Formats: sequence, C-alpha cells, structure tokens
Amino acid sequence: MNEDAELSQTIAQLVRRLKGTHLHAQMEREARECLHQPEIQLDSLKDDVRSFLRTSGWERKLQNAVHRELHVGRLAPSLPAVPAEHLKEPLAYMRKAQASWERRIVKSLNSMSTELGVPLARMRPATEQQELSNKWNEMGTDEPDLSRFRPVYAPKDFLEVVVALRSPNLNSGEDAGARSHWGLVQVPLGVKDIAQLRETYAELSLATGQLGIDDNAHIHPDVFENNYIDIGKKVLAKQDSAAAQQYSRRGCPTGLRADLWALILNSVNQPQDVLHFEQLKAGVLQHDLLVDNLIYKDVKLTASNDDYYFVFEDFLYQVLLCFSRDAAVLEHFKYNSATPPKSYIQGKEGDDDYAVFYPPNGVIPFHGFSMYVAPLCLLYNEPSKLYSVFREMYTRYFFRLHSVSSACSGIVSLCLLFERLLQTHLPQLFYHLRQIGAQPLRIAFKWLVRAFSGYLCTDQLLFLWDRILGYDSLEPVAVLAAAIFAFRADNLMEVTSLASAEAVLADLSTLKVMPLIQIFLFAV
Amino acid sequence: MCTCHTFIFLCYYEYNCDREQSKMSADDVTKGVACTLKPPVFLHFGGGDSKTQGCCSGVCVIDVALPPGKTIETITFKNFYTALVSVRLQRRSPGQEGAAAKWCTALRDRPLMTNPHTEAGAQDYYSIDRKQMQVEPDGVSSIRLILKQPSSAWLTFSVQDVRIFPRMQPVRKGRIDELSDWLLLVFPPQDPLDVASVSCRLQQMWALSQVMQSSQSHAASVGRFDVDGCYDINLLSLT
Repeated sequence: MNEDAELSQTIAQLVRRLKGTHLHAQMEREARECLHQPEIQLDSLKDDVRSFLRTSGWERKLQNAVHRELHVGRLAPSLPAVPAEHLKEPLAYMRKAQASWERRIVKSLNSMSTELGVPLARMRPATEQQELSNKWNEMGTDEPDLSRFRPVYAPKDFLEVVVALRSPNLNSGEDAGARSHWGLVQVPLGVKDIAQLRETYAELSLATGQLGIDDNAHIHPDVFENNYIDIGKKVLAKQDSAAAQQYSRRGCPTGLRADLWALILNSVNQPQDVLHFEQLKAGVLQHDLLVDNLIYKDVKLTASNDDYYFVFEDFLYQVLLCFSRDAAVLEHFKYNSATPPKSYIQGKEGDDDYAVFYPPNGVIPFHGFSMYVAPLCLLYNEPSKLYSVFREMYTRYFFRLHSVSSACSGIVSLCLLFERLLQTHLPQLFYHLRQIGAQPLRIAFKWLVRAFSGYLCTDQLLFLWDRILGYDSLEPVAVLAAAIFAFRADNLMEVTSLASAEAVLADLSTLKVMPLIQIFLFAV
Repeated sequence: MCTCHTFIFLCYYEYNCDREQSKMSADDVTKGVACTLKPPVFLHFGGGDSKTQGCCSGVCVIDVALPPGKTIETITFKNFYTALVSVRLQRRSPGQEGAAAKWCTALRDRPLMTNPHTEAGAQDYYSIDRKQMQVEPDGVSSIRLILKQPSSAWLTFSVQDVRIFPRMQPVRKGRIDELSDWLLLVFPPQDPLDVASVSCRLQQMWALSQVMQSSQSHAASVGRFDVDGCYDINLLSLT
C-alpha cells in the first residue's frame, strides 16, 4: 500500500480510538460554547474555532492524546488479511508457549479453588460490604488467615518457561561455532549491541548532564541542576507530553517528577477518573474474589516487609484490589501476547452471553506483583491519581515483563540482551559463572521481572524508571543488570558456587544506577 | 424531458450490467485471489553425483500460475523466514499481443527480515503494490518469486498464503462520458470542475467511511464486569 493510503488508515484508526472518549466530548462542548464569542466569524468558522482550540490549550491536550495512542501498543497493520493474534504476537511458537503457560496458571488457580473450597468469586453480604467499606483506608490492620493460600507462580517458575523456548525452524544441528551462546535463552531474537545502544541512548553519554550523576552534592547546582530544573518547569507549563518524554531521558527532578510522569503517560486526573475509581471500589465491596487473597498475601510477603514501602501497605491494597476489577484493562490484551482467562456464570457454561473474564481485568497476580505499584506511592498520595498512573504504566510497560513475546521490550528480549551484553563484554566472568553452575540469568531474572523494584534504593529506582518512560523502552533495565555484574566482576570471579554468587549480588541498595549504566555503555 | 429520463435510465441500466459482470471479481478485489504455488525449488550447488546432496545456496524459486492476461494491483503473502524476495513477471506488453511472453524483473531483493539471523519479520505479513514494481504488472501470465535466505541459522524458508489482488476493471467509459457531456450541456457549470481531484478525494473519503462503518464504536466503556449483577462463576475454562 502506498504511503498516503497508510497515513489515511492510521488517521482513521486514531480518530476511531479517540472518538467517544471524554476528551472528545469536552472538545465538542468547548467548540460549541466558543461560538458565542465575538471573534468567531461565520465565514471563517472552521479556522476561527481551530485557532480558539489552539489558544485555549485544547489542541495541546489532543496532541497529548494522539501521542499516547501512537505509543501504546501497535496500530493495526494496513493489510486486510492479518489476524488479530498476529498483532498480539507475530511468532507462532511464542503464542503457543504463552498459551500453554496460561493453561498451567489457570489449572493451578482452579485446583487452588477446589482444594481450599474457596469459590473463585462470591457476592458479599450487605454486612460484610459495610464492614469492608468502613475499614477501606486501613485494610493493612486486618490480619486474615492467608496461610492456606500460596502465590500462583513466582518469577523463577516463569524463568523455566522462558528458558524452555525453542524456535522450531532454528537449525541447531550445526556445531556451536561462531553462533555459540552461553546463556539460557536459546531463541534468536534481534537485540541491540553496544554500538546500537550507544546510538539509541545518546542522551546518557558521558558528555551530557544527567540527573543521578550531575546533581551530586559535590557538584555546585549552578553547573547543571538549577538550569535543568528551570527547563523542567517550562516543560510542565507547556503541558506537552512529547516534550516531557524527551526531558525525562536525562532524569526528572524530585519535585517535578510526579507531574512529569503523569504528563508523559497522559494520565489526567479528571473528575470522571475519580468517579471511575469509586466505581471500581464499589466492585471490590460487592464481590469477593479468590485473587483478592492472593493480592493480600503478596503485599504481606513483599511490600510490607520492605523497609521503604511498608508504610504504603493500605494504598497498595486499595490500588491492587481496584485494579483487578477494572475491565478497561482488557483493552491492552489487543497488543499483549497474553489472553485473559475466561469463565461462565454458574449454570450457563458454554453460553457466550454469560461469558466473563476472571479476574475482571484479566491479570492474575504473581509473587511480587505489588512491587510494580509500590514505588509510585512515593510520588502520588491521592489514590485515584496513583491508580490511574499505575494503570498506564502497567498497560504500557509492566505487562511485558511477565508474558512470553518477541517484542523488543519483552522479558525474553531483555533476558537475551542481558546475556549477550555479558558474554560479549565480560566473557571471562560469564564463562567462570557458567562453570560453577551459576548462570547469570538465574540471578538477574528476578531483577528484570520487577524492573528492579524492591532491589534498588528508592531514589535510584526512580532515576531508572525516568529513563524507561523517557525512552519508552525497558532496555535500560537489562543494561543495568549487565552493568551491575560488570561492577561486581572482581568479587564474582572469586566465588565458587551459585549461592555465593547470589550473596555477592544480594544487596544492591548502595548502588548508583546512572553512573553504572553510563560507564557500561560509554566507557568500556 | 421524457427522452432525458429514458437516456439516464438506459445509462444507469448499462452501468449496472457492467457492475454485474465485474461483481464476480468484486470479492477478488477485496479479498484477493488465493494462488496455488508450484512446489518450491531450492537451488543447490555442488553435489554433482546422485550420492552427495549439494549445499543449500539459500535461494528458492516458487512459480505462481495465473490465468492469462491478469492485471495485478497488489501481491500479499505471509513470510516464513525468507530474508529477501524478488519478483519476476512473465508478461506480454500491451502493444505486442502476438509476441511471446517475456520475463522481466518487477522487484529486486526487497528485504523482509531486518537481520537474516534473527526472528524479526520472520512470520510477518507483507504486500507488494504495483507502484513499487519496476514494470507495469499488466498482461501477466506467470509470477516467479525468488526467495533468498543467506543465513544458515534456519532449517527452511518460504512464503505462505500468497494472494493476488487484481486491478479493479474500469467501467465502460462510452455511455458515462456521453451522459456527463450531455449533463454539462443542460446544466453548464458555474466553475470549471476538476473531475480528477474531486473523484480522488471522493475515493479517499469513501475509503475512510468504509473503515469507520466497519468498526465498532469505541465509546469509553462503562466497564461492568458482571452479568446483571451476578459474578458467580464455576471454574475457569481451559481452552
């Protein structure tokens, strides 16, 4: 198809997606109201209304909405014959692996429900609803008996799925030779090498000022920091998502970060979002789900035990329980290789009119899932705002960390990128670790799946997530993992077992993220 | 007045007849014609005697037979680990009806996989438009796809689900031209109309409206997850 036709089709798809949104209704209302103004002339109506929308800031809001649509998922290709499953994941064997992994999870959840005698979902009686509503803001004080529940899966179970992936058309009959790959991931996905990474992440180079490096206490703030903060204020004043995303590549100042992230994700907290959050809360009060217990258990096991995040326990319950009721999250399955589990209302099995997704948002939490939300609690203290930023971050980035796909920000590509970087630049270390039975990915996988949440000090983690938002990619996570191995290479060369290698890398709380990434990419 | 009504009616009737005839290929135009491919021929080098099999050179040739005289708008296919594709057409030039059909290259080495050693693009869907071809694909009797995969990383490579989208036949011009001339006589236009640009814009608008119509309305969902207040489910289904 020629470029004009493709452009027309892209525009048509964008219009279709934005039609019916709140922004569309608001802009229509604004345009109608501006007709009362004297400067709107009838002969030049279209141009006058357009310039009104531009000066009043509505055009900028529309630009931000279009920017969001272009960055989220993939627009449908222009070819008519492409099936929807190809849009989720182009490689057939990856789709199959994801489907069989999902079957395992669903079986596990079903057997948990049958063994424990706990229904997957039940309507709460009115008294229970009232009780829960009363202690909504302090669910952390509740101490339910969760000993019978166990997480559906942990990252190490998912690692086995990733390691077992094989491309059926791959010619593995040849000798290892030039194509030898010492790591665990054996699928030949395209990942960047250092030269390409240097090009892509040019703003992280040694010659460019960064937050996380040039805002050190020893450096006078006039050298870089003050000027950078002024630029950040200007970006916020302009309310331009694309500019904010570009700005975030060199870090976000602490005072501006919350607003900048919300602007990049186009997460505007309008009254209808607060209303939506209240509706989700009503959904939590009305029905009690089995996954609620899994969420409780996960928060108790992970975030509540964390020195930095235990104070946010109550927020985490609110956000995660409401997240599991949010049917709007189902939209992201169009570009996620995963498929939400399905079920039927009792007595109506097989009748599609009574088919529902379980949980309502289609996402089954695993051990450590609450750590995706915890760092955001440091930025947002209002639950509905926190919720809407988390939902955007999950449907843009975090879902890729626990589903099998060939996307370049997918967990499989990140694992391969980590292993390739390590093998190319630290071959002696990689070989040594392999010999002692300590495959590096077995240690680093848990960092990658959580995007380092809970492993790094909070301000360092936020610097890393600034770059994830700025570059719209999770590759910095894999680069940091390799950089950490490079940093601790001397100690790792001394170890003689997997357990001691893990001990060397157990505590990352003293690490400074940006210098490590910068040195690994630009100074090696 | 009667005559002009009859005239318009006749033109409309004949136009519809033409549309009836071309209606048989309306599906062809929208969904394409699925082609039967001859078995792929992998080129080998070496292995002169029957005992040793030569090395695979990474080149494969697939012939596609077409009914004679087809005009092609687009060729679409699904890739299976092919890195580069070339298209050669056997066709008769419009002015040389009697001469033998000649082979010519329409497209040379179009990359399908960004890196032949990695999976990117290996199972994607592609299309080749007539505008991207070096020769006009009219009067084509045979298509030859030359597939190349220089990497030894893969066991096999080919293309699947090849579809040819023929060019939509233009409606017989004669009567419609007469009608438009006659209309211009009766209702002389105030401003000169640029028919070509108007029809081009109309076509684009029609295409856009088709896309909009065929889509479901994407209104912001109210998002109730239960069915009439009930969410009592049995077990999850394993499909």
